Amino acid sequence: MTSRSYTLGLVFTLLGLMVMAVGHYQGLFVAPPEAMMGDVGRIFYVHVSTAINAMVFYLFAFVAAVVSLWGGRRAWDATTTALVEVGFVLNALLLVQGSLWARPTWGVYWTWDPRLTTSAVMAAAYFVVLLLRRLIDQPARRSMATAVATIIAFVDVPIVYFSVKWWNSLHQPMSSGKTIDSPMLVPLAISFAGTFLLGVGITVLRWRTETAHLASEAQAPDLPEVPTPLDFDIQHDRA
Amino acid sequence: MSVHPGPPADASAPPAMLPLVRPADQGLGELLRELGTGLATVVQKDLLVEWRARAQLVALLGFSVVVLLLFSFAVGPDSNVLARHAGGYLWLALLLASTLLLARSLQVEVESGALESLLLAPVRAPAIFYGKAMANTVLLVIVAAVALPVDLALTGAQIQQLPPVLLAIVLGAAGIAAPGTFYAALTARVAGRQLLLPLLLFPLIVPALLASVKATSLSMAGDPMGQLPSWLALLACFDVIYWSLCGLLFEKVVET
Amino acid sequence: MSPLASAPAVSVRDLCRRFGRRWALARVDLDVAQGERLLIVGANGSGKSTMLSILATLLPPTRGTLRLFGMDPLQDRLAVRRRIGIVRHAHGLYEDLSAADNLRIRARLVGRSVDVPAALRGVGLDDRTEPIRTFSAGMRKRLQLAALELESPDLVLLDEPFSALDPAGCADVAALVRNLPGTVLMASHQVERASAICDRAILLDQGLLRWAGPASQAAQAWKAVQLEGSARPSAAAVTA
Repeated sequence: MTSRSYTLGLVFTLLGLMVMAVGHYQGLFVAPPEAMMGDVGRIFYVHVSTAINAMVFYLFAFVAAVVSLWGGRRAWDATTTALVEVGFVLNALLLVQGSLWARPTWGVYWTWDPRLTTSAVMAAAYFVVLLLRRLIDQPARRSMATAVATIIAFVDVPIVYFSVKWWNSLHQPMSSGKTIDSPMLVPLAISFAGTFLLGVGITVLRWRTETAHLASEAQAPDLPEVPTPLDFDIQHDRA
Repeated sequence: MSVHPGPPADASAPPAMLPLVRPADQGLGELLRELGTGLATVVQKDLLVEWRARAQLVALLGFSVVVLLLFSFAVGPDSNVLARHAGGYLWLALLLASTLLLARSLQVEVESGALESLLLAPVRAPAIFYGKAMANTVLLVIVAAVALPVDLALTGAQIQQLPPVLLAIVLGAAGIAAPGTFYAALTARVAGRQLLLPLLLFPLIVPALLASVKATSLSMAGDPMGQLPSWLALLACFDVIYWSLCGLLFEKVVET
Repeated sequence: MSPLASAPAVSVRDLCRRFGRRWALARVDLDVAQGERLLIVGANGSGKSTMLSILATLLPPTRGTLRLFGMDPLQDRLAVRRRIGIVRHAHGLYEDLSAADNLRIRARLVGRSVDVPAALRGVGLDDRTEPIRTFSAGMRKRLQLAALELESPDLVLLDEPFSALDPAGCADVAALVRNLPGTVLMASHQVERASAICDRAILLDQGLLRWAGPASQAAQAWKAVQLEGSARPSAAAVTA
């Protein structure tokens, strides 16, 4: 694990920031305003790209967790952790953006929209994964717990989404996924790509620090010296 | 064959180990029989332990009743509101009771090294998991059996159709018991486990909770649009997914 | 002769186990033949319990190889576990159940049938219905031994079997252990009593295997290592 990964991480991060800046600028200022929501709808670019990326990173985390659990190498534990952390940050941002968007459009900060609810539940689930990691100090058990909790959290996501959607549809239909016109598609794609690259960059950098931390933890002191044979006069039993 | 005192001054290496021996493969029939016996014994053992220490179970029943009382106090005397949310109160009370039940179910195993005793018997990890999860399901159903009439009495709700309620209780209890047993085992030796178990469990079982509450409420208030079967089906799916997944992963939890 | 029948009961090479920065066991090489009775002597913290936990497949080694009856516990865990039994401080019994209940359950788990009253009488317990929560430490130990006898594994691991027992109890345990068929590895502080019922002995000192020889010499080896320890300048004096 060399400075090569540092460079890689840095490059991705900077590239990501730049692309994201372009995409967000396009979306927030240049692209035509959304038909129904006007300028408020511009948050759509930021929000949707954050949302999709959160799911993407959670998916990667799931894969990494499976490998970590059955492959067992420390690097995969670090990868899982890094991906969960990035996913969680995106998830948290998603919740904030969602609330900000909800206020002007629906008049409330929170609603039982299936996507908002699912992201809240996801955020809680993955938060606990990170919490578990803090609370267990034995490396083997900690990496197992991280992997297992990540796997289960991920499997839960679609189930939560469908159950809330179902539950919700009984009350009132929510305005959801609309078709996207092409002038909006381009800034969205750029935003998405930018956020993705940024996420990858941060994952790599976080992976570096976590791997270093795990390695220093695993550093074993030298084995004790070969023992000198015990020296004593054998006295035979009188019995 | 002699015992070696470690390399002496003239450093002669210990003799090489004999080649590895592999045991004969276990036939499928024998494997299933072993799993079945292990599972049945674990279920029986868990229920026997609960029966012998039934004062704790009674305390748990009392706890769920107290929770229901608190809900009705907090909500107030508006009978319409109370009756409408009767299903919700029931399942929340069950969920809270489950954290106590599940934590204790694993504490029993961990405190005296009983879990390791089971593993060494040997009992395969899946048999231990399914045995404990089944026993915990039974216990949760018992808690529900007491909580349900209390809930009905406090809220004034009435049951239009009984079979769906019973089915929802069994499926819902199973939906809490499997992930709950799993996470209780995961956190059994972790600092702050009393807090961790609900934190881990609650986000996870949101779908099961929604479906159970919905199914129970519809059975109480009436189901004009015929949604009950769908909710019960969702609950059953959740159960299948989590009973499989947790059973698969349990070995990793206990062998680390 | 089938390979399993002639394999040593226990065979370890370069066994090491680390907890954090401390090596609890280091560079241990050992072969124990089937039917042999081995005594493990050493101070607290010398690695006796760690070694027994590893041999019981409850703890993986950090380094080294381990074979039990020729089999690798990592690959064939269940087959290995079928042939071993351990008695240690964590008794593995259910506190809320009676002695008889515990035995009956254990019998079912290991697939044997048991005459519970006879088994209990054999270890000096009677068929009470109280939960074993009320038992003394010595009574719990007797119950553990009854469970062990019931299972009669090919390899028996005993971690301080005489602890918490009065002299009568110790004598009973010694008699029980003497009559156990199969291979026995016993860690004990009561060197004189234990060496009387064992064939060979090894001495662990700070995780290292310092000495091996006939059990009759174990007490002298133990004394020798203690003398060595007192002759060594204490850590405090060195850093002063």
